[in-house]
Amino acid sequence: MILELLKLFFVFFRIGLFTFGGGYAMIPMIRQEMLNGRYLSVDQINQFIGIAESTPGPFAVNIATFAGYHTFGVIGAVFATLGVVLPSFIIILLIAYYSDRFIKTFIAQTILSFLKPVILGLILAAGLGVLLHAIIGNYLEEVTFDYIALIIFGVVMILSRVFKKLTPIHLVLISAFMGVVLYLL
Amino acid sequence: MKKNEYLDIFLTFFKIGLFTFGGGYAMIGVMHKDIVEKKKWIDDETMLELITISEATPGPFAINGATYIGYQHKKFLGSLCATLGVVLPSFIVIILVSLFLNAFSENIYIQNGLKGISAGVSVLIFNALFKLSKKVKMNVINVTLLVIAFLVSFFTNFSIILLLLITGLLGFLYALYKGGRKA
Repeated sequence: MILELLKLFFVFFRIGLFTFGGGYAMIPMIRQEMLNGRYLSVDQINQFIGIAESTPGPFAVNIATFAGYHTFGVIGAVFATLGVVLPSFIIILLIAYYSDRFIKTFIAQTILSFLKPVILGLILAAGLGVLLHAIIGNYLEEVTFDYIALIIFGVVMILSRVFKKLTPIHLVLISAFMGVVLYLL
Repeated sequence: MKKNEYLDIFLTFFKIGLFTFGGGYAMIGVMHKDIVEKKKWIDDETMLELITISEATPGPFAINGATYIGYQHKKFLGSLCATLGVVLPSFIVIILVSLFLNAFSENIYIQNGLKGISAGVSVLIFNALFKLSKKVKMNVINVTLLVIAFLVSFFTNFSIILLLLITGLLGFLYALYKGGRKA
């Protein structure tokens, strides 16, 4: 049990240590780590992205708490959340204590400028992965085509482009509502 | 009196954590209003410094911001109170949501609602992508990096951590090369 908890802690420590850009930049790595460690299923992760966006707080903390809780209950949630928070905490403390000069150097800025487009590519892959999973499911097991999912995606996409004021919470609620209605028909 | 100051830090960040949805850039706005304008714990310049540091270091802005501001205001204990404060609301809310989902997971309406969320949620990811892509110049190097990262991540299970490390190393070598040519 202790070993499993420590493993969970270090999975999230790694996630906290290697995600730049926060929020959505974390999704690709969280997906990979959760699936490899079998902490959450693809469905659970996809649904949780919506839940994380409709609840307060940073995505990384939300999904750490969620995955930890689903694996080992409250104690799991504590270990996972501590894991994801500690790298930032330690690094920022060190920077605040010593100096923030390195961050502004040419080398640090160049490394960052290389990382940014890579993160965009990762987010694109994550978005497409989530969309395809909703529409054709796990195509390795059986090929299905969920046209209702495609309709929901289309409507929500159009709404979010037309009404720029809609927040993620609105979009998640609209998606959930359409799911409740359309899947019953 | 001292005790109250730490409690003040904790409660201020607890409120920020509780009422900020969407994290990241939404958080910057709220922190500026509460910390710079109201509490005056840090000034505008420190806030800008914090944003730069946060972008260049891993982890969510909320945690980075809370740790940095807490430290600037009241050293280590301040950063501890601030970070605990900003994390706790998420932690509590998500456990409550998990309890609720477990209790109602058999319910057909909840299941259909979750299926709907699965279908719509990629819109949120694409919207974030549009926003973030405005901050990246689309030159040959960047587009190449973007496409390679997409292909590797979409079609293989290659470690994302390794991919980021390799990219960072490339950036480092490029910086040395450029710096060397300047000198």
